[in-house]
Amino acid sequence: MIDMVVIPVFKMLVVITAVLSAVAYMVLLERKVQAWVQVRLGPMRVGPHGVLQPIADVLKLITKEDVRPASADRFLFTLAPILVVVPALIVFAVVPFGTSTTMFGKEISLYITDLDIGLLYIVSVASIGLYGLILGGWASNSKYPLLSSLRASAQIVSYEVAVTMTLVSLIVTAGSLSLVEIVKAQEAHGVWYVFIQPVAFVIFVIGALAETNRAPFDLPEAEQELVGGFHTEYSGMRFALFFLAEYTNMIVVSAVGVTMFLGGWLAPFSSVSWLAWLGLVPGWVWFSLKTFLLLSLFLWIRATLPRYRYDQLMRLGWKVLIPLALVNLAVSAVLKVLL
Amino acid sequence: MDGWLPIIVMILLGAAFAGAGVLASQFLGPKNPTPEKLAPYECGVPPVGDARERMSVKFYLVAMIFLLFDIEVAFLYPWALALRQLGWVGYFQILVFFALLLSGFIYVWRKGVLDWGSEERI
Repeated sequence: MIDMVVIPVFKMLVVITAVLSAVAYMVLLERKVQAWVQVRLGPMRVGPHGVLQPIADVLKLITKEDVRPASADRFLFTLAPILVVVPALIVFAVVPFGTSTTMFGKEISLYITDLDIGLLYIVSVASIGLYGLILGGWASNSKYPLLSSLRASAQIVSYEVAVTMTLVSLIVTAGSLSLVEIVKAQEAHGVWYVFIQPVAFVIFVIGALAETNRAPFDLPEAEQELVGGFHTEYSGMRFALFFLAEYTNMIVVSAVGVTMFLGGWLAPFSSVSWLAWLGLVPGWVWFSLKTFLLLSLFLWIRATLPRYRYDQLMRLGWKVLIPLALVNLAVSAVLKVLL
Repeated sequence: MDGWLPIIVMILLGAAFAGAGVLASQFLGPKNPTPEKLAPYECGVPPVGDARERMSVKFYLVAMIFLLFDIEVAFLYPWALALRQLGWVGYFQILVFFALLLSGFIYVWRKGVLDWGSEERI
């Protein structure tokens, strides 16, 4: 009973809570980083240095009036934000935070489930969220949201091809679709895959920025052209769900990137003898640290780079990244057959 | 179904969280609708016509090309896993498959389907 029900459900609740609080503080961190880059202070009023800002935001959003335009589709308008959030959350079911730990005399694995087709699961579930974006723009029956969701769909779909091709070249190297097996393969190789597949990593990071609608590819939310993007007509909690999903997706792509390329829960410098004490730190700490590093990279890029034009975006996706990903795949396949 | 049950539970948990949030805001938030508030937002001027108009054909073209490439990638997953056993034979078979798809890709490229701006802007 305890092994079958209590522990898995407890793990899920811990993961969901951790992700949601991480999202809340990502929003604060993003505002702070943006402010620091622009030599401002950022949020300072709510709590010391604004640390309670996320709680204030949530309380405010939940007590706001929830406006639904009269011409909107009643059912789809509510379904869309839920359809965006749920896929973003359930991706974490297959992400391994570590191997296993002993708690209260029990061996507990630090992942919710280990699917044989984990990577395929992630790719397919992550693209369900796109339906939410399109439905949100369509159901609003407003011009800017609809334009924005069209842009978002064309953009995400274009970069999806390049990203999945890099993942395939990683499968070629690792020989497995299970995320736990991929990390173990990196342990067996003795080197993280970012050093074996550097081109794939670069394509993955660019594609991840584009698929999460982050700067410099945040065209669906280009406020100078499209007001607020696909969630212009949303307010209150339904708007909060869209916001939540966007940041959850950022954490998802970082976590997947860490698992695939940066050795997941493995400690760095495992081959350097005088740094062997790094292995004493629990795996989930390394995993969180690396995910945080990748997220900080996202924030840094947002604060540094101006937005792309739509034709530049499509040209980069189709004419640069996809051919590059194809060549990378062909080369890694040759190496796999040869070695 | 091995390993899939937790995912179903996870879907239920996520949907419950999102649904509860939407429901809670229905009860907690004020209700004060006015005709202006319920109109679609168009920068403050009265909305003109319906939003669901015709859209650029480029979006459809990109969707179709994506479909072809995504199916190609779906074929690549099992190939990538079995590459060791397939050896050079499997490698050259997938190269032929690639070449067929690439010829279509080059055609689409030359036709200008992937160009979204006007010529001078590039």
